Amino acid sequence: MSRPLLQASGLCMRFGGLLAVNGVGLTVHEKQVVSMIGPNGAGKTTVFNCLTGFYKPSSGTILLDGEPIQGLAGHEIARKGVVRTFQNVRLFKEMTAVENLLVAQHRHLNTNFLSGLFKTPAYRKSEREAMEYAEHWLEAVDLKEFANRPAGTLAYGQQRRLEIARCMMTRPRILMLDEPAAGLNPKETEDLKALIGVLRNEHNATVLLIEHDMKLVMSISDHIVVINQGTPLADGTPEQIRDNPEVIKAYLGEA
Amino acid sequence: MTRNLKSALFSAVLVLAVAYPILGLKLDIVGINLAVVGASTTTVLVIFAAAFLMFLRVLFNEQISAMWRSRPQKQLMSDKTSNFLTLPSTQRWFLGALVIAALVWPFFGSRGAVDIATLILIYVMLGLGLNIVVGLAGLLDLGYVGFYAVGAYTYALLQHYFGFGFWICLPLAGLASATFGFLLGFPVLRLRGDYLAIVTLGFGEIIRLFLRNLTDITGGPNGISNIEKPTLFGLSFERKAAEGMQTFHEYFGLQYNSINKVIFLYLIALLLALLALFVINRLLRMPIGRAWEALREDEIACRALGLNPTIIKLSAFTLGAAFAGFAGSFFAARQGLITPESFTFLESAIILAIVVLGGMGSQLGVILAAVVMILLPELLREFSEYRMLGFGALMVLMMIWRPQGFLPMQRPVMKLKGER
Repeated sequence: MSRPLLQASGLCMRFGGLLAVNGVGLTVHEKQVVSMIGPNGAGKTTVFNCLTGFYKPSSGTILLDGEPIQGLAGHEIARKGVVRTFQNVRLFKEMTAVENLLVAQHRHLNTNFLSGLFKTPAYRKSEREAMEYAEHWLEAVDLKEFANRPAGTLAYGQQRRLEIARCMMTRPRILMLDEPAAGLNPKETEDLKALIGVLRNEHNATVLLIEHDMKLVMSISDHIVVINQGTPLADGTPEQIRDNPEVIKAYLGEA
Repeated sequence: MTRNLKSALFSAVLVLAVAYPILGLKLDIVGINLAVVGASTTTVLVIFAAAFLMFLRVLFNEQISAMWRSRPQKQLMSDKTSNFLTLPSTQRWFLGALVIAALVWPFFGSRGAVDIATLILIYVMLGLGLNIVVGLAGLLDLGYVGFYAVGAYTYALLQHYFGFGFWICLPLAGLASATFGFLLGFPVLRLRGDYLAIVTLGFGEIIRLFLRNLTDITGGPNGISNIEKPTLFGLSFERKAAEGMQTFHEYFGLQYNSINKVIFLYLIALLLALLALFVINRLLRMPIGRAWEALREDEIACRALGLNPTIIKLSAFTLGAAFAGFAGSFFAARQGLITPESFTFLESAIILAIVVLGGMGSQLGVILAAVVMILLPELLREFSEYRMLGFGALMVLMMIWRPQGFLPMQRPVMKLKGER
């Protein structure tokens, strides 16, 4: 088994008197697809927010490749390679699809003020490479013909795909998808499943996702973490989770 | 119908209540006292007529709007022309023609016209600078004039106390303003939207009041006078040069003509404005420009992608302030006298209006708006009492017919490989 890339343990998040997340732990190995499931309001997105630095966890540790990252600011964690999408798509709506992808490469570009002002060869090269990389990914998510359309005018499914491509622009070590299939029709969900497969197999991506679509979760996950009311409920392979009586109870209620 | 009648009556009374005290009453000086005098009968009649028209307009609101709707919709310009006008390539050509015209005409124009053009160019510079902050980065800055003041006072003070020339002070003024922008940016940029607007407004006022009360150094309300004009490689444009300097007309053996000075100032302003245009144009297409826009669109997404919002905002604020500093030092040089009263909130409002009228983020739009905003009041000097009225009317009309501004920004189209 490959080594663990992201390890969280004893994660707690307290909002005033409310303990939204209580002692959640999860481990994501390299090149794995790990899903986090649980009923609405279970605290899945809160865990995501803790992992990506949007919230400061009240207690617990998060290790990225052995290095503690809890308490760092969101953009610092993103720079270390933990990049996420959002439940409600957050694209730069007025900017074109390709510009969205260029912005995400900001950190890998030549941002020197003077070299940009005088268009030095190094700057041109950096910009050209950024364009090529963006193009490559536009093709990968099947959006090349929409490259110069404002992102806000794309169809919902396309926006979701563009958001994933935008994350890939940052060369992430772990890609976190918050309900990527929400609002997609069955055909688009199939496409998404294929895309996640491509990400893993061809681009060696490690994926952590929150999802409600059980068919999708069961078919692509290597490992599943179940959370209920902020506490960890179960943890295992899809088969183990499917047969776990606790999980069935939490989802369907008691018979 | 009764409801209509009620609101119609109310509107008519409102028109009377607003218009009569403003237009129908005049203050006259009688001896040492002020006396309130009624305006001429015509004015009063016009006010009543306006109130009556308003009454009819509101009473028959539905019928009138139905009539409007039944008429075929005619847009201000067709979508096609509007699109063509805002295409980057069209704008480039248009800009080129504009620059050539701007270079040539002062040699044929009158002294007054050139002077006004210089003023317009100052506002173009300011508009372009504020456009970075408001149009691109989406940070509503109502205290922009503060940085303009810092630039102006930097030159004035350095000149007054140390005798520095304009050309040395120009970059220094930019630097000083940028430093101020940076320092003020730190505490302010945690705020968003309306809160940011209010705090920047406060900062603008603080700078003005500070300059006003620092009487020992800045001369307080009297300001600083006798600020030197820029020189051309050490050649002065005055009739008589200061000691150790030569004048332009003596050096070239020309007859002294005061218009030379005006044209020279105009050309400097043009140079500065073009420089600002060039730099900002490049910035727009650079990673930092894209990051500014991304920040305006969605700050949280920016953070999730590893962009540091604080640094990006600060860079926008600082660069915007630097351009205000350049404009300010030139303003001080042109004017020869600056007082804190040159930098009131109204100036900020005018610059902001230029950005909004022109179309957020659009450079040609900003230039056009600066021309309109500065030229119109100059052309309509006889009606200067109604300047604010016209200003408001223009804003309202723009918001109705072209809320995106004269020439809104169009996204640059990226050529992909394998595309024709």
